[in-house]
Amino acid sequence: MSAPVLADLEVGQEIGTREVVLDRARLVRYAGASGDFNPIHWNERFATEVGLPGVIAHGMLSMGVAAPLVEEWAGDPGAVVDYQTRFARPVPVPDPGTATLTVTGVVGALDPEAGTARIDLTVALEGVKVLAKTQAVVRLS
Amino acid sequence: MPVNPEYEGRQYPPTAPYSVGREKLREFAAAVGSTHPAHHDVAVARGAGYPDVVAPPTFAVVVAQRAEAQYIEDAAAGIDFSRVVHADERFTHHRPIVAGDELVTVLHVDSLRERAGITMVSTRCEIFAADADGNPGEPVSTVRSTLAVRGEDA
Repeated sequence: MSAPVLADLEVGQEIGTREVVLDRARLVRYAGASGDFNPIHWNERFATEVGLPGVIAHGMLSMGVAAPLVEEWAGDPGAVVDYQTRFARPVPVPDPGTATLTVTGVVGALDPEAGTARIDLTVALEGVKVLAKTQAVVRLS
Repeated sequence: MPVNPEYEGRQYPPTAPYSVGREKLREFAAAVGSTHPAHHDVAVARGAGYPDVVAPPTFAVVVAQRAEAQYIEDAAAGIDFSRVVHADERFTHHRPIVAGDELVTVLHVDSLRERAGITMVSTRCEIFAADADGNPGEPVSTVRSTLAVRGEDA
């Protein structure tokens, strides 16, 4: 896939969609890779004791798994110059079972002067948004 | 203990350097599903103009949370982690983080705002490439993070 060209993009254009399946093993893997060992992300007993419905995914994992859609669309992971989100809802990850996030991206804004496109991402669990104001600014030629 | 308002505006001295390892970047990229070869294959990364494999956009959280620990784990700051929810996160990359980087971070406690029994704790990590003396040099990334800390009654 060739890299997108800023002048050819239109606001509202969809860049793609993908599903990300999370299970407990994935949470443990992210805990190890990130160094975030908060037990609410792997220990059911601890999670329920602090008032959660059960083990929940790291917010940073939900943010992290949404980024590859943008990286691959841009064709260059280093082109993502700004990336932000708000954590709107927890993502419970059952055991046994999985939680499937649906990630969709659209072109939210174009800045020809700066040479950037803003991609607005939607990250949802069973149709309900779990992240809000998820925006990636991508430098394009 | 409530969140200590005296920490607002505080700036910490630069951290010890964090050495960005090639296998750490591959491990983190695999954990978030970043399969682009520039994260994994040195030849591809160099072909794209980078000195080594490139970090995923959220990798800087690994560096930032070590700096944030100076504040969060300070008992006098009054942040009870069992009452904390992550509210928002933002990464601004002045250039991509790559394997081989030696990064030093300056932590700022930007604001502490209380409303309806919840304190919004906003921190900012300015991440720099260490210069030859281990001091902050070239700006690399800015990581802004907000935690929502519930009070005793909330």
